[in-house]
Amino acid sequence: MTKQRSSRPDVNGKELINEAVRMALDDAGMTRKDIDAVVIGNMDHFEGINYVDTWSVDGSGALMKPIMKLTTGGTTGSTIAMAAYYHVASGLFDRVLAIGWEKNSESDTTGAIITAFDPFWDRPIFAGAVAGLALEATQYMHLTGATEEDAAYVAVRERKHALNNPYAHLHMNLTIEDVMKSPYLSWPVKMGDMCPRTDGACALVFASEDVAEDFPQKPAWFLGVANRHLWAYTSDPYVNQAIENGWWFPAMEWSAKELYDKVGITDPLEQIDVAELYLPYSFAGLRYMESLGFCGRGEGPALVRSGAFDMGGKCPVNPSGGVMSSNAIGATGLIRVAECVWQIQGRAGDRQVPEVKVALATGFGGCFWSDIMLLGADKPEKVRG
Amino acid sequence: MEDWRDKQELVVMEGRIKVPYRWSAGEVGTRYLESLRDEKRFLGTKCGECGKVYHVPRRNCPHCFAECSQWVELGSTGILETYTVVRRQHPQLAPLPLPYGYGVIKLEGADTGFLHLLYEFEEGGLAPGMRVEAVFADQREGNILDVRYFRPAKGVS
Ligand SMILES: [Zn+2]
Repeated sequence: MTKQRSSRPDVNGKELINEAVRMALDDAGMTRKDIDAVVIGNMDHFEGINYVDTWSVDGSGALMKPIMKLTTGGTTGSTIAMAAYYHVASGLFDRVLAIGWEKNSESDTTGAIITAFDPFWDRPIFAGAVAGLALEATQYMHLTGATEEDAAYVAVRERKHALNNPYAHLHMNLTIEDVMKSPYLSWPVKMGDMCPRTDGACALVFASEDVAEDFPQKPAWFLGVANRHLWAYTSDPYVNQAIENGWWFPAMEWSAKELYDKVGITDPLEQIDVAELYLPYSFAGLRYMESLGFCGRGEGPALVRSGAFDMGGKCPVNPSGGVMSSNAIGATGLIRVAECVWQIQGRAGDRQVPEVKVALATGFGGCFWSDIMLLGADKPEKVRG
Repeated sequence: MEDWRDKQELVVMEGRIKVPYRWSAGEVGTRYLESLRDEKRFLGTKCGECGKVYHVPRRNCPHCFAECSQWVELGSTGILETYTVVRRQHPQLAPLPLPYGYGVIKLEGADTGFLHLLYEFEEGGLAPGMRVEAVFADQREGNILDVRYFRPAKGVS
């Protein structure tokens, strides 16, 4: 992956893509010729360029190869990973290049994001992605008694972890007080609670089991994937499809349940060694731990503050610094997978967690789309959708 | 190439895409908006199978995949399910006086919530579960902003 930075005016989008692709191919000991298919994605409206699949072939290496292009909001990068996995797991392709990228510096992020919302019922009211997440934060605090300080703990943790990661965009040594003093964007969400806007690209080689062991690096195996989606209107994830049906965050809770059942995870905190989670803002680092089954409802803040998800804790979350330290949207979900791969390969440098056997990667979109994946050091007995 | 880079700033071109569209409200959306404009009345649609009342109205129930063929009249007060207070905004998208509230409101008679603005509240005066009421615009044009905003309901706790 490229180093994640606030702005990369020295390259255009395809040149940025090319940096990540060259690194991935070099690392895998491959050339462009060895690639059977390319899966690429970003958010079209962020750069104002449609048909990125064809526009980017100079950089991606996809000239005259099968290409699939994906855009699913914040989950774009994780959806790319899942689609690349489907390509190789189906047996139809052996070596697939997965590419996620974004040049957020080229966009008006809020102006671009609004195009994802319903023109009649949401857009006239819409106040941006931060306000949407704030609706979730308010509801979570109301239901559980969680506090803004609990969330600030997550913001501080993620930025501390990023200090170990040369690829991270933000390198900030913050205190809870710094976060609490940062200005409100949309109550209860403050500047210090939010992710940055980042330029960056990430590329990964996905290989079928027939060829996976032919590479210079030992493979990280996909143990299974799951995803769920429920959103049509902004009100859906908070109310219409959630609380009243006994689910708090059905998309993530259902996908986690499906995936854990398939892979045989009964105690995530014990069985998962490291997690790279798409936490776009601090409150997510409380609530999603519950949705992902690390603890019961309302127990997120206490478990988070116990240090269980810090470096050295039971299951370190986001050793990379996560999304709150770098968010090149279309790359972000794929970076979660790349970080898990490095953790499993023991190549994560100063942010390495010892002896990683099982790693969890997630993607989250502003539309509450939820992708989740488990990767492992050991080859699974069978392919699990 | 180092030498010319020292002298030349990198080129960044400003651009703006402004594309006209014509979005269809459809029959269901049109009937709803007409009722809001002409009678200041909220309508919902009811699923023929599960009986869930949708507001804003939907033609199809995403759960049962059945048609929501029955119209239901709703109250103009409702419960504030969750909210935020917006302190910063995008200059072009929502040129509204700051701060303003923004919440998911479930109207009386509806099973689902919708997104709308909140004004006329004290600092710290909003809470999930509170009752709010619609304030209609005098000049109504057949869109969701025919309701200017919601505010804490008067005389009801
Ligand atoms: Zn139904």
